[in-house]
Amino acid sequence: MARAIRVGIAVVVIAILPAIVPSFVVFDFIYVAAYAIAILGLIILTGMNGQISLGHGAFMALGGYVVAVLAHNLGWPYWVGVPLAALASGAFGLVIGAIALRLAGVYLALATFSLAVATPSFLKHYKSITGGFGGLSLDAVKAPAGLPTSGQQWLYYVAWAIAGAAFLASALIVRGKFGRALRALRDNPIAAISFGVNPYSYKTLAFGWSAVLSGIAGAFLAMTTAYVSPDTFTFALSITLLIGAVLGGMMTFWGALVGAIVIEFLPLVAQQVNAGAPSVVYGVTLILMMLFVPDGIVGGLQRLTRRLVRRVPSPTAFEPSVPAAASMAVDQPTRE
Amino acid sequence: MIPVYRKAVTGILAATFALAVTGSAVAPALAADPGVTDTEIVLGGTHPYSGPASAYGNIGKGIGAYFSYVNDRGGVNGRKIKYIDKDDGYSPPQAVQIVHQLVEQDKVFAIFDTLGTAVNTAIRPYLNQNGVPHMFVATGASTWGKDYQKFPWTIGWQPDYQAEAALYAQDILQNHPKAKIGVLYQNDDYGEDYNAGLKRGLGKHQEMIVKMASYETTDPNVSSQVSTLKAAGCDTFMIFATPKFAIQSMVAAAQQSWHPTTYLNNVSAAVPFMNAASKAGGPAAVAGVISTIYLKDPANHARYAGDAGMKFYNEIMAKYLPTADKDDGNYLYGVSIGYTMVDVLKRAGKDLTRKKVMDIATNLVEKDNPLAYPGVVIRTSPTFRYPITQMITARWLATDWSPTGLLVDTRSMTMAENK
Repeated sequence: MARAIRVGIAVVVIAILPAIVPSFVVFDFIYVAAYAIAILGLIILTGMNGQISLGHGAFMALGGYVVAVLAHNLGWPYWVGVPLAALASGAFGLVIGAIALRLAGVYLALATFSLAVATPSFLKHYKSITGGFGGLSLDAVKAPAGLPTSGQQWLYYVAWAIAGAAFLASALIVRGKFGRALRALRDNPIAAISFGVNPYSYKTLAFGWSAVLSGIAGAFLAMTTAYVSPDTFTFALSITLLIGAVLGGMMTFWGALVGAIVIEFLPLVAQQVNAGAPSVVYGVTLILMMLFVPDGIVGGLQRLTRRLVRRVPSPTAFEPSVPAAASMAVDQPTRE
Repeated sequence: MIPVYRKAVTGILAATFALAVTGSAVAPALAADPGVTDTEIVLGGTHPYSGPASAYGNIGKGIGAYFSYVNDRGGVNGRKIKYIDKDDGYSPPQAVQIVHQLVEQDKVFAIFDTLGTAVNTAIRPYLNQNGVPHMFVATGASTWGKDYQKFPWTIGWQPDYQAEAALYAQDILQNHPKAKIGVLYQNDDYGEDYNAGLKRGLGKHQEMIVKMASYETTDPNVSSQVSTLKAAGCDTFMIFATPKFAIQSMVAAAQQSWHPTTYLNNVSAAVPFMNAASKAGGPAAVAGVISTIYLKDPANHARYAGDAGMKFYNEIMAKYLPTADKDDGNYLYGVSIGYTMVDVLKRAGKDLTRKKVMDIATNLVEKDNPLAYPGVVIRTSPTFRYPITQMITARWLATDWSPTGLLVDTRSMTMAENK
């Protein structure tokens, strides 16, 4: 039940946050929700299934532009745009996932990276639809008439409700057979295949689902900024997502939440530490974290609590924490 | 585990509803304008200190140096300027977040000199909705001047790229009426604005453009684009490119023994860039290249040796940014635009309001900006919001830009276009 308590605490914190922090921090936390959804997709794809993607910014771009184009060019409401963004991105993810089957490891990373690099040029090229370099400006989200909240608060709760739904749906999807198959394909593909796991369908589906999540995240990024442009979705975004997943912790869903908070606030904090060279502060922080918590913040915390509470010998960084952490998040609830 | 999730979902919904009902978060009414006290004026800005455009970060440092200079001399009407300048990495979402923070937490009086077309497009609606002055944005897109009715709190500063390109078109029509034009442009809003201006300037002679070639900022070099233009038989070469690619293209043309009449956009025309191209491609690579000038060039030591404005600039740099390379025109841009900002705040007087500052910024005649090219007047009206419209064409003669003809005002041209 420890997990139930943690989930409960997270929900309460998220729910009361707008009442206790200033409005621009609420605004920052809408971005956290969007990043958390995207990183969740990467955790399923990379952490659970071992497929490294450096291109998920492209799926975010697709999601963001679907919402933006429908709203800007056709005047469609956001509640129609977001599901369509998820669908379009998911469909594109299945296609890329099918291609990705032929590639693994660094080759897959490079192929997806090229996707991220090509996205801005692609968006610039079809300017009659995408608005080209200048991008598309959107109307700020407004709260439904009759609700006494600001548009920003409304968007905050909607984003986190969708994030909650994404986490819940993902947990339901990867628990049991599907999740076991994904992990088996990551750890020992030959054994998995000989036990009857079809690598093609599972890997493609994992790619597709992670793209659905990225598409939703991109849609919220667009609605929150109320503007999309090719500069919104540069390849740096894809790298940032992967950084978030690694820093948060690849082996549990909590990593998505923590990773999203880190990538949202680390650049801002780095500026406060040293206004002259924020990227140096950022980079050094990344290196230190990789040295001391290579399994991510959540992984590190788990080792720490295990050491403190249970007084059992701490497992070394990598191998033992993997099954332990993975089981925490999705499978074998009895361990808790 | 299902019941736990169900509980969680119920919790979310309950909490959402509770807060939705009790929450009160409409933007507070602005009684007195924020960011001004008896002793201080708080301004906010963002620049790309990291990311692909980080070279422009020096503009922000130049502004900071000038504000320190002003503060050490008593500030503006007795108030010191506090400039909160942050890194946006050239990313629109990041800029939007920072600007929210500047307005809502730091309670800035105005946003000053945010840089980049995409960044400024992204933050413009929010600032206009909240009535925060969005002043002297560092981009040459034409939208800042053109769309003032929709965004009355926003104003640009530097000449717009379209006007500059139209000036080149005029020069071509006058001096090279039979030209076969080849265009090299950066494939983004920046290059596109130049193309639009060139076409506008050529008017019904657009067929003079024989070939257009584009590059991406991620391209390693542009020599293949240059050979395409040469192969198309062009004899006039328009370079609408940022410095690195502009240098490459002049060198590539010389290496391919192509010697067209070359027009080079202002952004890439600083003396160090010309020297670099001359060194790599030989003097023939840069001889006779035509460009425009609207600010003084700090790297042009010979021409501005006795210039009072340049002395003022060197003094500020030596005192407040002693380790910086003061030949970098970005610092000078920063000091110069900072001068205009301080000028506006000064004229607004002791009783400072946002509205008053916008009124003055849109009724401005500033004749004494020490770093504008001699004769350039920074001038606006409520219906014409392009502060700098004057430029002079110049020709590169071995070591220096030699102005040809007179200062040209593109004001009437832009006015006609906006009608």
